Amino acid sequence: MLKTLSYDVVVIGGGPGGLAAAIAARERGAERVCIIERAEELGGILQQCIHNGFGLEVLGTDLPGPAYAQHFINQVYQAGVQALLDTMVLEVTPQRVLYATNARDGILEIKAGAVVFSMGCRERTRGALAIPGTRPAGVYTAGTAQRLVNIEGYMPGRRFVILGSGDIGMIMARRLTLEGAQVERVLEIMPYLSGLKRNYVQCLQDFGIPLQLSHTVREIKGNKRVEAVVAVAVDERWQPIPGSEEVIPCDTLLLSVGLIPENELSRRLGIAMDPVTGGPIVDEGMGTSLPGFFAAGNVVHVYDLVDWVTMAGEVAGRSAAAYALGMAPASVYRLRVVAGDNVRYVVPHLFHPESLAQGPQQLQLRVREPIEEKVQVILEADGVEIWRKTERYVRPGEMVTVKLMPDLYDRLQPASTLTVSVRKPR
Amino acid sequence: MDDPYDVIIIGGGVVGCFIARALSRYKGRVLLLEREADVCSGTSKANTAIVHAGYDAKPGTLKASLNVAGNRMYDQVCAELDVPFQRCGTYVVALTEEDLHTLDDLYHRGIQNGVSGMRIISGEEMRRVEPLVNPDVRGALYAATGGIVDPFLLTIAAAENAVLNGVHLRLETEVTDLIRQNGRIVGVSTNRGQFLGRFVINAAGLYADQLMAQAGLHGFTITPRKGEYYVFDREKSRVRTVLFPCPTAISKGILVTPTTHGNTLIGPNAVDIRDKEDVTVTPEGLEEVFAGAQRLVPTLERRDVIAVFAGLRASGSTGDFLIEAPAQAPGLINVAGIESPGLTAAPAIAEFVLDLLRECGLELLEKADYNPIRRSPPRFSELSPREKAALIAKDARYGRIVCRCETVTEGEIVAAIHAPVPARTYDALKRRTRLGAGRCQGGFDTPRVIHILARELGLPPTAITKKGPGSEFVVRETKEWNDSGKV
Repeated sequence: MLKTLSYDVVVIGGGPGGLAAAIAARERGAERVCIIERAEELGGILQQCIHNGFGLEVLGTDLPGPAYAQHFINQVYQAGVQALLDTMVLEVTPQRVLYATNARDGILEIKAGAVVFSMGCRERTRGALAIPGTRPAGVYTAGTAQRLVNIEGYMPGRRFVILGSGDIGMIMARRLTLEGAQVERVLEIMPYLSGLKRNYVQCLQDFGIPLQLSHTVREIKGNKRVEAVVAVAVDERWQPIPGSEEVIPCDTLLLSVGLIPENELSRRLGIAMDPVTGGPIVDEGMGTSLPGFFAAGNVVHVYDLVDWVTMAGEVAGRSAAAYALGMAPASVYRLRVVAGDNVRYVVPHLFHPESLAQGPQQLQLRVREPIEEKVQVILEADGVEIWRKTERYVRPGEMVTVKLMPDLYDRLQPASTLTVSVRKPR
Repeated sequence: MDDPYDVIIIGGGVVGCFIARALSRYKGRVLLLEREADVCSGTSKANTAIVHAGYDAKPGTLKASLNVAGNRMYDQVCAELDVPFQRCGTYVVALTEEDLHTLDDLYHRGIQNGVSGMRIISGEEMRRVEPLVNPDVRGALYAATGGIVDPFLLTIAAAENAVLNGVHLRLETEVTDLIRQNGRIVGVSTNRGQFLGRFVINAAGLYADQLMAQAGLHGFTITPRKGEYYVFDREKSRVRTVLFPCPTAISKGILVTPTTHGNTLIGPNAVDIRDKEDVTVTPEGLEEVFAGAQRLVPTLERRDVIAVFAGLRASGSTGDFLIEAPAQAPGLINVAGIESPGLTAAPAIAEFVLDLLRECGLELLEKADYNPIRRSPPRFSELSPREKAALIAKDARYGRIVCRCETVTEGEIVAAIHAPVPARTYDALKRRTRLGAGRCQGGFDTPRVIHILARELGLPPTAITKKGPGSEFVVRETKEWNDSGKV
């Protein structure tokens, strides 16, 4: 009764990472490539991101989210990739058999030569923050509100407070203002912005929406619908400062307080995870700890630009195709990539120097603390500096990319760890 | 006005719904009134979901006898109603020398109350049973008859079974007054008109004392006693066993328990308050609960929390349940002060109330067509791949996942919307299907569920609510401006 399918590469999730992986897998020679997507169309979260700012790095042009997605959706279909839409993966076995469901086919059993995880991420919720108060209607994550406004065509409220200066929150502040709503304020518990500076300028500053750093929501009020939130200033240890409470009347609280890679399927397979990123531990080819399983995009760690997700997807797709075709590189010598001074995490976690033979490779990192002056990004192999570059500033909200050129190969060679640090110049 | 009823029940909590179900076995017209948009919307929806063994209550009290009697009914009731119930046993954990004496006291009280299957075990045995328990554990009282239940599904299933057996249910119907005639209570006034009945059962939970006062009965009061809780991600911070601390004078203490769905639940604290609507979670309360739970399971982690909530116990001024047919207000039956172990006792309370009604002269004649069996609609996530395929072949909507964390399908949602006790709000759907109860807390499904509710109920999305009128999700369409340019 189960319908059975078989592919060289199966990509789970049709967002930007999955689209790029599928296209790259076909280009690398995989014949039968399939994307499984739970929504009714490909494109993932980009379909509700109707603002611009997508594509400058990869396409050299500034596009709205749906246009950026469509560029790759067209390529996917031209490349002969199959898409199973409105379809949810229920289970994946270590032998790469997937079980999925949809309303057309019922339960599908899908055999895959290689699997690419590109499930993206989900938003941190009110519950995860354990915000005190009541539990009324009118508390939404920014992405849920974005879907309501941009896809469903409904306004989730009239008067908003936004907790968290994540990118989606700031973009929604502007979007809601344009739709006639009043956005009272954006509160950020950290002493610095958590999203991109350009979003602060274009979405908050240009619309006169106040941002309060080192502030959070102490309580939600209202039994049926939100009636107000209590804002409070916090000290350096994020503890509320007594006496600083302020009641802000509003009917909606939006949360833009972080994204979490969506790894339920990977976790159930026992794939090794990084507790800092919330994603799988990967090598420079985006291979996970389980052979034949690759990961691309926000499922690995949360990127700030979609362009980077596309590039990561291409890497994962190529690796998956090579694995499925029996052409995966055989090298076993690899370095552990370690987060050093002021670095919260680095991806990939493992690095095969042999990969430099294929061309330049990338490390991507996020810093712990912002430094608003010139800083040095330093690479050390077993404690010996092998490379450095200067950045004008570093901010936790903005990823730093390190391009590893092939000429580093010899300097990496005997080492077992590669440490990345971000330091002020002496 | 409708024809007079034989019995009107005020309150669709677990007690009111079980009384309705018990009455539905007999001939006669029964009306169940609930002021909220769904049954199970007050105390019954926000508690610890434990089926207590019965060693806590003072011997000789109604709490003691109805706890033990109710506990014994659970296997049959949950089998008939198709409700998740696990008689997994419970443990009271002793961390100090003094606690060990408390275990002895509880054991002897349990014997007096008629509790079977109790045993005092060593700290070593406790650690073996629950490796996450505080390593300092010195012993525990094991009660084999204790268990866990889904209180939402239990209450809803009892209400559905009652409705299928002929009980009338009116939601969003709030009793504003009792109707008195010649000294007798003969009905109720509500926001939706008057209803007459030979008997009126006051199962109004936190508000039972106010109804009593309206009937001229003073002296008994109900204090809301708030309890706050955390729910943990199913995949993490996961305990296997129900762990109580040693109890205090006013509460069984902050416990750590698995739910029937595999989440860990911790709580409650106990804070007496005034406002019967105040289910505010407080920073102090959350601190207290977390610290209390960590005494039992030190490895609990805040980052694994997916939700916090508070519930109110209807704590009566006598310290015991009050279940009576007061002489001063004939026609009225009070079922008041039903705090813990009220969930456990509910099926036995219903039988007790039936006895009271018989004593008051209500003749209860068995119906030939009474059916105690109520089957749950299919739960997609619990089926085998072949069963899933068969279900989708019958109804394609079971192939479409709407809530990804809990794997809830459109088919299950539509079935719940059109069930005998219809789910007409988001929270009502959540209690029945678990949609939105997972780690993303509805972030993914909410827009889709609004759409499905609107379609199935024939309402605009602006009329769809979280939990009844006043809790609408969306306020207007985009691009909707009035003449002044303001919205």
